[in-house]
Amino acid sequence: MTPIITASGIGKKYTLNKNQGSYVALRDVLTSFGTRAADIFRRTKKSSTKEIFWALQDVGFTINKGEVVGIIGRNGAGKSTLLKILSQITPPTTGEIMIRGRVGSLLEVGTGFHPELSGRENIYLNGAILGMSRKEITTKFNDIVQFADVEKFLDTPVKYYSSGMYVRLAFSVAAHMEPDILIIDEVLAVGDAEFQKKCIGKMDEIARKDGRTVLFVSHNMAAIQQLCKSAILLEQGQVKMQGPVKEVIDAYIGLAESSAYTDILFEPDASKKMEITAMKVSKDANEASIGVMKDFIIDIDMTLREKVEGAFISIIFFDQDGRRCADFMEIDTDENATKERLAGDYTLSVTIPGIFNAGLYTVMVVIEKGQETLDKKDGLVIRITDTTAHPYPIQGRAPLMPHATWNYQ
Amino acid sequence: MKTHSVTIRPKKLFSFSDLQEIWEYRELLYFFAWRDIKVRYKQTAIGILWAVFQPFVTMVVFSLFFGSLLQVSSDGVPYPIFVYTGLLFWQFFSTALSDTSTVLITNQQIITKVYFPRLLLPLSSVLTKVIDFGIAAIILVGMMLYYGFTPHLISLVVLPLLLVITFMASSGLGLILAAINVKYRDVRYALPFFIQILLFVTPVIYPASIAGKYSWLLALNPMMGVIQSARASVLGTTTLNWTLIGISLVATFILLLLGIYIFKKTERYFADIM
Repeated sequence: MTPIITASGIGKKYTLNKNQGSYVALRDVLTSFGTRAADIFRRTKKSSTKEIFWALQDVGFTINKGEVVGIIGRNGAGKSTLLKILSQITPPTTGEIMIRGRVGSLLEVGTGFHPELSGRENIYLNGAILGMSRKEITTKFNDIVQFADVEKFLDTPVKYYSSGMYVRLAFSVAAHMEPDILIIDEVLAVGDAEFQKKCIGKMDEIARKDGRTVLFVSHNMAAIQQLCKSAILLEQGQVKMQGPVKEVIDAYIGLAESSAYTDILFEPDASKKMEITAMKVSKDANEASIGVMKDFIIDIDMTLREKVEGAFISIIFFDQDGRRCADFMEIDTDENATKERLAGDYTLSVTIPGIFNAGLYTVMVVIEKGQETLDKKDGLVIRITDTTAHPYPIQGRAPLMPHATWNYQ
Repeated sequence: MKTHSVTIRPKKLFSFSDLQEIWEYRELLYFFAWRDIKVRYKQTAIGILWAVFQPFVTMVVFSLFFGSLLQVSSDGVPYPIFVYTGLLFWQFFSTALSDTSTVLITNQQIITKVYFPRLLLPLSSVLTKVIDFGIAAIILVGMMLYYGFTPHLISLVVLPLLLVITFMASSGLGLILAAINVKYRDVRYALPFFIQILLFVTPVIYPASIAGKYSWLLALNPMMGVIQSARASVLGTTTLNWTLIGISLVATFILLLLGIYIFKKTERYFADIM
C-alpha cells in the first residue's frame, strides 16, 4: 500500500533577529542603513545580529491511510512547525512531502470567527475557511448545531456567547469537516471537562468509524494513548522515534525524566507585550530531588515590553500521563493580581505547597488577559520522590496527596 | 470523488496552477467578501445607506466650497455632477487601495492558522468596493436625470472599461503595499496621508485642463485618465481620448502583474513573520 503521507528530508530554517521582533519598522531599516553606510566610511565592522535557527532538520516519516498518529515532544521540539508545514501555512526550507488526499487542519478552534456575525453566519464562514463547500455545510448544518447545543442562540452575534458556547460551536464546525487527512493541534485543551470528553469521543469516532487518517499533537498523554496506535517523538527538530504509541510515550517520559530540574530559557519574542523568559525550580542543593509534602519554589522570569493591565498568571501541573492535576492561580491568592504592571523585567517566585505525590510533573505557565492568552510556556519538569519512611507504597496512587489533619475523638 | 494529491516542497514563485487554485477556492472568495459587507453594514446604524451617504455628503461639501465659494472651473457642466463623477471613481480607488494594503494584517489570525490562496484576501476586498461603487452609481444616475444629461451610448462600453482600469490600478498598487505592510508595519500609518496627497494630484475636484501645458504630468497618474474619460463619456466635457484609455489599460495591467509578482514573492514568508 502506498502511504498517504511521505515526508523526507524536511527542514525549516528561521532567521532570528536578536533583540527584535519578527517584523521590522521601515524607519529602523532606513536608519540602520544610514549607520551601516557610516560604518563603511569608518571602516569598522559590526558583527551581524542575525542568528540562524533550524526548527526542523531532516525530518522524514511515512503514514498509512487510516492511521491515527500522535506527535509528541517537548516545547520547542518542532511540533507546531511540522503541523504548519503539513497544513501548507508555511513552506519547508528543504525536503518534500507527498500527500495523497485532502488535508483539513485544525490548529486552533474558531479560526476566522467574527464576533459581529451570528452563530448561523459564523458556521458558514468558518466552514468555508476550513475548506468545506457551501453545499457541504448546508447538509451538515443541523448536526453542527446539535453537537454544539446552541439552537437557541443561532441568530445572536457570537460576541454575546459565553466562552463555553463559543468554543463548542467552533469545535463542532471543525469536527464536521470530512478531509482525508485531519491535522489537529492541542485543541482539546479547551472547554469544560464534560465537553472535552465529548470532543475526544467525537475524534475517536472520526478516526475509528470513518477510517480517516489523523495526526494529533498533544501534551495529554492519556488522550494520545486513547486515540492513537502509533506516535512520532520529536526532539530538537528531529524525529527521535516513530513506533507503537506505548513505546514512544515511554521514550518521551524517559526524556522528561532526564531533564528534571533543568532551568528552561526561552528565546525572546519582541512581538509579545508580556512574556515568560525563563522557568526554574529551586531546591535544596544537597538533595537530589524534592520529597513529598515538601514545599518548593518556582521562579518565573518575565519581561514586560509595555504597561499591562488586568493580566493574571497561572501555573498548571500535568502528571506523567499529561493529565492536568493542579492549577495555581495568582488571582486566587492576591487580590491585586490583575493590577497594572509597568514595563520591565521581573522574577516571580511562587511557593508551591507540598501537595504532590511521588512522580514526574510538567509545569506550564500561562499569562492571560480576559479571553486573550498573552503567553504560554511549558517544559519545566519536576520529580517528586517518596521520602517518607512508612511501609505503604505511595507511588501509583492519586497525583495529589495534600496534608490532612487526622484527629481521633 | 477525485483523488486529490498535494506535494509540499520549498515554494516556487508562480505557476499556472495558482490561478486554477483561486478558481477552486472561489466559494471562499465569496464568503470573505460577504463577511466584509455584512460586518460593515452591521456596525453602522444606517447600514447599507452608508455607501450612498458617504460620497453624497462629500459631493455636497466639495460643491459648496470648491464649486460655489472658490468657483473652481468644471468644464462647463454643473459642479456637483462634475465632482461626483470624479468622486465615484476616486472613492472606489482610494478605499480599495487602503483596504487591500492592510488586508493581510487584519486577517493575520486566519493566515497563520489555515491554508488558502492568500490572493483571495486582497481580491475580496476590492470586490467589496465594486459593490459600493454600484450603489453609489445610483446617485449619479439620479443626478443625471436631475441635470438633464443623456449619456452617450459609448459610455456603456467606456464605463466598464474604466472600472476595470480602476480595479487593476487599486489592486496592483494595493498588493505591493500589502506585501510591504507585512514586513514593515509602520508603512500603514503613512498610507492615509499618501492617499490624501494622491487626491490632490488627481483631477477629482478640478478639471485636468487647469494644468495647461503640464497636463502630461497628470497623465502619469492612471486615475487621471479614468476620471477624465468618465466625464467625457457621461457629461461630454471633452472628447473621448481613446489613446489615453489604451495607455491606462496597459499601464495598470502591468501594475497589476507587478503587484501579483511582489505579493507572491512575499507570500512565502507571510506566516513566518506574522
